[in-house]
Amino acid sequence: MTSVPLTAGHVPDAHDPHATSTGLDNKKIAIWAFIGSECMLFASLISTYLIYKGRSKVGPFPHETWTDPSTGHKFGAILNIPVTSASTFVLLMSSLAMVLALAAVQNKNIPKRTTSERILGSSQLWLLATAALGITFLGFQAYEFTSFVHEGLSIRTNLFGSSFFTLTGFHGAHVTAGVIWLLTLFAIDRKRGLGPRDEVNVDIAALYWHFVDVVWIAIFTLVYLIK
Amino acid sequence: MATIAATPAHAHESHAHPTGFMSWMSTVDHKRIGTLYLFTALFFFLLGGLEAEIIRMQLQGPNGTLVSAETYNQLFTMHGTTMIFLAIMPLSAAFFNYLIPLQIGARDVAFPRLNAFSYWVYVLGGIFINLSWLLHAAPDGGWFGYAPLTTRAYSPGMNIDFWVLGLQILGVSSLAAGFNFITTIINMRAPGMNLMRMPMFTWAAFVVQFLIVLAFPVITIALVFLMFDRFFGTNFYTTAAGADPLLWQHLFWIFGHPEVYILILPAFGLVSDVLPAHTRKPIFGYPVMVFSLILIAFLGFGVWAHHMFAVGMGPIADTVFGLTTMLIAIPTGVKIFNWIATMHGGSIRFTTACLFCIALVAFFTIGGLSGVMHASPPADLQQTDTYFIVAHFHYVLFGGSMMGLFAGVYHYFPKITGRLLSERIGKWHFWLTAIGMNLTFFPMHMSGLLGMPRRIYRYDAGQGWDGFNLASSIGAYILAVGTLFLVWNIIKSLRSGTRAGNDPWGSPTLEWAIPSPPPEYNFARIPTVTSRYPLWDMKQPALTSEVPHSHRGDKEMEVAVGGKTVGHPHPGPAAQSTRVSESEMHIETETYTPAQVGIVLPDPTVKPFFVALGMVIMLGSPLFMHEAQIREIAGNAAGHRTAMTMFWIFVLGGAALMVGSLYNWLLTPLESDHH
Repeated sequence: MTSVPLTAGHVPDAHDPHATSTGLDNKKIAIWAFIGSECMLFASLISTYLIYKGRSKVGPFPHETWTDPSTGHKFGAILNIPVTSASTFVLLMSSLAMVLALAAVQNKNIPKRTTSERILGSSQLWLLATAALGITFLGFQAYEFTSFVHEGLSIRTNLFGSSFFTLTGFHGAHVTAGVIWLLTLFAIDRKRGLGPRDEVNVDIAALYWHFVDVVWIAIFTLVYLIK
Repeated sequence: MATIAATPAHAHESHAHPTGFMSWMSTVDHKRIGTLYLFTALFFFLLGGLEAEIIRMQLQGPNGTLVSAETYNQLFTMHGTTMIFLAIMPLSAAFFNYLIPLQIGARDVAFPRLNAFSYWVYVLGGIFINLSWLLHAAPDGGWFGYAPLTTRAYSPGMNIDFWVLGLQILGVSSLAAGFNFITTIINMRAPGMNLMRMPMFTWAAFVVQFLIVLAFPVITIALVFLMFDRFFGTNFYTTAAGADPLLWQHLFWIFGHPEVYILILPAFGLVSDVLPAHTRKPIFGYPVMVFSLILIAFLGFGVWAHHMFAVGMGPIADTVFGLTTMLIAIPTGVKIFNWIATMHGGSIRFTTACLFCIALVAFFTIGGLSGVMHASPPADLQQTDTYFIVAHFHYVLFGGSMMGLFAGVYHYFPKITGRLLSERIGKWHFWLTAIGMNLTFFPMHMSGLLGMPRRIYRYDAGQGWDGFNLASSIGAYILAVGTLFLVWNIIKSLRSGTRAGNDPWGSPTLEWAIPSPPPEYNFARIPTVTSRYPLWDMKQPALTSEVPHSHRGDKEMEVAVGGKTVGHPHPGPAAQSTRVSESEMHIETETYTPAQVGIVLPDPTVKPFFVALGMVIMLGSPLFMHEAQIREIAGNAAGHRTAMTMFWIFVLGGAALMVGSLYNWLLTPLESDHH
């Protein structure tokens, strides 16, 4: 039996947490696997919404008017596309802020000379801006949900209500989780400063945030824009 | 023998081979978590088996009176749910946990604490579902839980609530483990361990993790819809509101068919590693075995509607799904033939592990053939919802998955505990299981074709099924006796089993290059891998003379193209010593403390347990909401308020425990600073 002398002083790569097969950080691989899984989650939600489109027995409806035969009350098309376009713009801008936040963390050690360089290089500013834009989007969603309920569409009203609130609610829950994640990074940044060694932690948050943003683009197109 | 310079062991307290209850609660070692999975899953296997025995006692003769119809529904639902989600999947997970890092030459999985979290969610979720027995309200809608039948209108009790919430909890466990193992296999391989050198079990595990992370979100959404329908009055499965009564079936089987491969592929992987060791031949057609795994998984996402031929999807859908289903028989058949070719010409040792492998090849083939039969829609219309289907899926799940997992248990038990299982008792276990299995499930083909429907709790005499049912029940009792031999064998081995040493079977893969049980750090020195069978290269080079090699661990894949091997041919036994020193492959026979070999291990922590506990409390709390709804309908306003208060206490308390522990976990480094 062959064996190799083994001494404490002669232990190659005894502990090098950064040596991986691909050279990528473990967290980066895991977040991509997670995003793949999330694609199937939202695919199931969106497919159900599309399958149930036009199958509701009673209104209100997303794009058509409806008169309640028992009361004679007339409901308008319930989706408010101008307002949602504004909230979509807000969410898209949050992705821009996220890109700037990640760049600021990556370039933390590069000296900043001008005011604009200092603004662009402030990871705290851009993390907070991303979270604030996310919160603004959630505010729009809260306004949309309450106004729908006032107009007479709840999650129990019809198939449209059930599938719409569940789909957009799941997306909103993902945005909420992202906001909490970003605020946590912001708090760490304030406490001890995020530097290049934290890059991967901001990077995975950014990947998640962009993914949630992309999902919203799909929802906005399929639910709001296509009649 | 390995030598070590005397080093002052500044051993960290927590690393000095901890024992006792708290050490298991706080462990993040993949081997200990794998051991926990193994014994928990074997416990649930016995529980699910007990449920099956009661079912067979009830059906032993016509007009059985042992249990009521309600209890019978709960028994077959919990038998299926337990065996699939609490026994076979976790038994596979036990091997994923234990073997993946050892087979790829890693010190642990990518995220050790997430791994502990997966285990605790699994065990708490299993307890949660089974708590329903205490309320006489075990799930009773079948393991497939077809909606609208399982909506509140048709299943008003708490039974389905336990099932819906419990399955969501268990899904979290599988998903978390899936992300963990994908990352581990992609990113933690030892130098030279390129993808086409990975042991077949690791390959099967790798493919299964992709099935899990892509299939489980679909059932999660189906369950969320059902939960919302039951608790919040949504309309996803309310046909009166225009809902599609097939929505659940489609979502469920888009998950459910990949789930079938989630259950069988780990067993395929185990057999593909166990057979070569016991027949002393490399696996026949390794690349084809790998690609057939991938092909089975890929096709597995396109066949779900063959579970739904009876609902009337129309000739085009029926034809497409019938054809894709038959297509899967090709890569599966390739695997069967390759196992047979692996055995052909080998020096087979008929150990218990080897016998279970051969049993898988034989019994799974029978289940596969009946599977091809009902891939044809006209045949399926005759067979669906009869005992013929029960016979089919027990041949693939018991005759396939469980035989492979038993082979894994006998082969790897000495690695896990350091002690061999008794071959004598093992042979009893094997033969009773093989005979009992066939006696139980083969007659079901006949009773099914004679028209005996599934899920009936009693039947009248004189329909030609009596003899077949009696045979099935006798077979089930033989299986029970056989399983007791396994329990006896495990207890006996733990007490007084023969010491195994590093490598009792003469196996070719990395996990056998280290002591049994392996030290906490797995490999004192990470090996450099130059072929698929590094240990045979060292010990029995003749066995691997036709397997592609490289002299040094490299990252290039070597394949045989058109009969011409690209890469370095094996230099033959004469050149062995040179090659070994070049390959840097080595055998470790002694166990050190981590400090002696300068390895920093993750700190033990109970935080993953508390995150899991908080999550299970939070996800289980809607049970109180249901109770509140019942009391509201009964006009009990005070009772309604109490139940709703309980709901909010549990949901907020659970969430607080989960989030608090999670932050505590994430803000604590994996390893404490030793400097």
